[in-house]
Amino acid sequence: MAAVTLLETRALTKTFGGVAANSNIDLTLHEGQTMALIGPNGAGKSTFVGLLCGRFPATSGQVFFKGQDISKMPAHKRIALGIAYTFQITSVFANLPVRENVALAARRGGKLGEAAVQDKAMAALARVGIADRADQIAGDLSYGHQRVLEIAMGLVQTPKLFILDEPTQGLSESEVNDFVSLINSLTGQTTILLIEHNMDVVMRTAETITVLNFGEVLASGTPTEIRANEAVQAAYLGTSDA
Amino acid sequence: MDFGPHLLLATLEGAVTAAILALTAMGLSIVFGVMRVVNVAHGEFYMLGAVIAWFIATSLGAHPAIGFVAALLLAPLAVGAIAAVSDRLILSRIDYDPERTIVATIGLLYIIQQATLMTFGPDARPVEPPFNHRIALPWVEWGDGGLALYWPWGLSITSYKLFIIGAAAVVLTGIWLVMTRTRFGLIMRATQQDREMAMVFGVPVDRTFAYVFGLGAGLAAIGAVLVVPVQQAHYLMGHDPLLLSFIVVIIGGLGSLPGTVIAAILIGMTDGIISVFFSPTLAKIIATLAVAMVLVFRPQGLMGKASR
Amino acid sequence: MTDRAKSYTLHVGIVVLLAVLFFVLPAYHVGNLARIMVLAVYAIGYNLLFGYTGLLSLGHALFFAAGMYGFGMSIHLWGTPTALALVLGGLSGLVVAGIVGFLALRTRDVAFMIVTLMFAQAGYLTILYFGPTTRGDEGFVVSDAGRTLFGLDLSDEATRYWAALVLLATALLGTAALVKSRLGRALIAVRENEERAQMLGYDTTRLKYIAVVLSGTLSAVAGAAYAILFGYVGGTFATVQYSIFPLLWVLLGGAGTTIGPLIGVIFMFYLIDISSGFTDAYMFIAGVALLILCLFAPQGIAGEIRRRGLKWLP
Repeated sequence: MAAVTLLETRALTKTFGGVAANSNIDLTLHEGQTMALIGPNGAGKSTFVGLLCGRFPATSGQVFFKGQDISKMPAHKRIALGIAYTFQITSVFANLPVRENVALAARRGGKLGEAAVQDKAMAALARVGIADRADQIAGDLSYGHQRVLEIAMGLVQTPKLFILDEPTQGLSESEVNDFVSLINSLTGQTTILLIEHNMDVVMRTAETITVLNFGEVLASGTPTEIRANEAVQAAYLGTSDA
Repeated sequence: MDFGPHLLLATLEGAVTAAILALTAMGLSIVFGVMRVVNVAHGEFYMLGAVIAWFIATSLGAHPAIGFVAALLLAPLAVGAIAAVSDRLILSRIDYDPERTIVATIGLLYIIQQATLMTFGPDARPVEPPFNHRIALPWVEWGDGGLALYWPWGLSITSYKLFIIGAAAVVLTGIWLVMTRTRFGLIMRATQQDREMAMVFGVPVDRTFAYVFGLGAGLAAIGAVLVVPVQQAHYLMGHDPLLLSFIVVIIGGLGSLPGTVIAAILIGMTDGIISVFFSPTLAKIIATLAVAMVLVFRPQGLMGKASR
Repeated sequence: MTDRAKSYTLHVGIVVLLAVLFFVLPAYHVGNLARIMVLAVYAIGYNLLFGYTGLLSLGHALFFAAGMYGFGMSIHLWGTPTALALVLGGLSGLVVAGIVGFLALRTRDVAFMIVTLMFAQAGYLTILYFGPTTRGDEGFVVSDAGRTLFGLDLSDEATRYWAALVLLATALLGTAALVKSRLGRALIAVRENEERAQMLGYDTTRLKYIAVVLSGTLSAVAGAAYAILFGYVGGTFATVQYSIFPLLWVLLGGAGTTIGPLIGVIFMFYLIDISSGFTDAYMFIAGVALLILCLFAPQGIAGEIRRRGLKWLP
């Protein structure tokens, strides 16, 4: 695959009240690649993806998406460029039906008619396996199903870059397996940035792994390289329960 | 009167307004700070204080001073009790949800106001001050023989108005001591900082809230009892204090106690001074818009700290 | 029947029912209903912002009064033709809502309520300050010429009723269509979870701004209509009271339902109408109603109906 750069960050830095959550992060993501972002709790992973999609402004540094500097863009414009984002803490429209949750994601942009929106929403729900629950109220779904609904809301946008923040947290083993095959079925069409604690999922999905520690990039490489990296072992793998 | 004496008079009147305002706004500020709710009925608790003071003073029928002292002791207690009961009956049942609390306290506002109209009636009624001496004030003038003191006509204040300022200072100091030196103050501050943590450490948050709501209303009532000898009791008198207290609490930084006092002095003095020189309506328009702008562009208040 | 058909039938049915009531009810109640319908348009405007977008304003009297005074003053001062004055009334609301929205939307939650309250208060005081021109609290009566639109005398009971009904029908069917539209659904998404809506690519700031302007303009149209139909313009309509009324009506009838505002106004109007028969302190009833609602039916009458079965209620 030709290595076309989709996303690039240059010296991306975020400080909260003088404390650096991210400092000088340089990261490049190629089109079609699946990258896992790992690191101990508090390493700044969620902050980093938050900076990518504009949930809060960076203190300094730049983000490029498809060659365009999007550092100053508000969140909704970045999403409209083709970045989908799922929250670490489940955040669905709890009082609306499951179908409308996904339809809202499909409807934005305004190109599709309502019938096409509904079809697309149902297709996305079928893909994650909760089409039979389309008419339930989202808040009534089990926790695992709400996580899956979040993924459907991302999928339906057919994003160029799909950012998933700890998607398998709280899923059952069979749901995790379904998730892994879902991600693998996207390989090639969608670029994926995955924050993940479950090392098994990481090893089964990611082509490259970037390790963050204390808000800095500690290492980057293929799963094999990362396993062999002593610094990573010391900082993360050695202390992790994964 | 010349400009100088006129300004002195305006400043003194402003100080009286500021003293009452500091008490009333402090009540609102404590409630907001600890409970994180906006009490729209705060002005009605103020009004209740004045009306109950009138009832107490007239039913005693003794020397004005006895009636006034009785009112000053009993009216705030009664108002505080009413507020605490409303907290238990209403606010606690809607879990202090900020928006529903506003709606509920609007309901409370109408109930208190209209209940007063039904019992107390639509008239404004005075309470006699315990003492009331006119104190003429001197002004300096550059005369033939150098600096000279003279007493301009109309430049005076009453002993009672000076008492208002003193009494407010005493009460506010008392509140500050309660907040910093007592167990109840500690509990309030703990609840203010982290409600859930306070609960974990065994603070009876429910009861604390009832006391705090009562204390807030009681402070408004003290302000009203103090003011009622110079401004009559009326069932609609709670409107302006509510708005001004809002302004003070916002300018002072929501929930900041020193900020509230400073802002009360600032607003009270400005209000007093502006309304002596300009149309009071224009003064109010400017003040209201200024406060709205403060909230829009500096939501943490003038004295509050930035959240980030 | 599909949900869409049910909803259509319901709204058209309400309009037809109101038309029939004109022939059935005694004159006193026909007069009341005309007033109720205009106030319901105000409530529908308020509901767009509060019920559907989730923004609680305590300053809508400013918009209602902007429409009322925009219409009334242009007739009173310059003798503007009625149709043009009506447009000016709506435009005043649009402009005022545009400015207030731009400023107030920089805040949220409690601060938003207080800022809107403050702006409305400043508006009311401005009316008082220019008392010699606006006649302040006392108000003024709209001239007969000002109440004639396209040759129709709107001070006539029957004409007034039909004019009010046309206005209400437009507002009711308009919102019913709006809330099912792309825009309406996006507004609901903002109400339900603003951050999520933003992270789905919706420009939530812009959506909220649109909601304020739409809501403010519709409220202003109601204000102008009130002035033309009942022939009176006064400062009372700019007071805090008139900011709280629509909140009350909408909460009572059911926030975020199309028919809730109308139900709320009817309920409240007759509650006050009946209670003021035996007490001056009729607002007492309003206070009690608010408390009861807040405690036991936070979703209002139509909201309760929806919760207990009619899930399709828009």
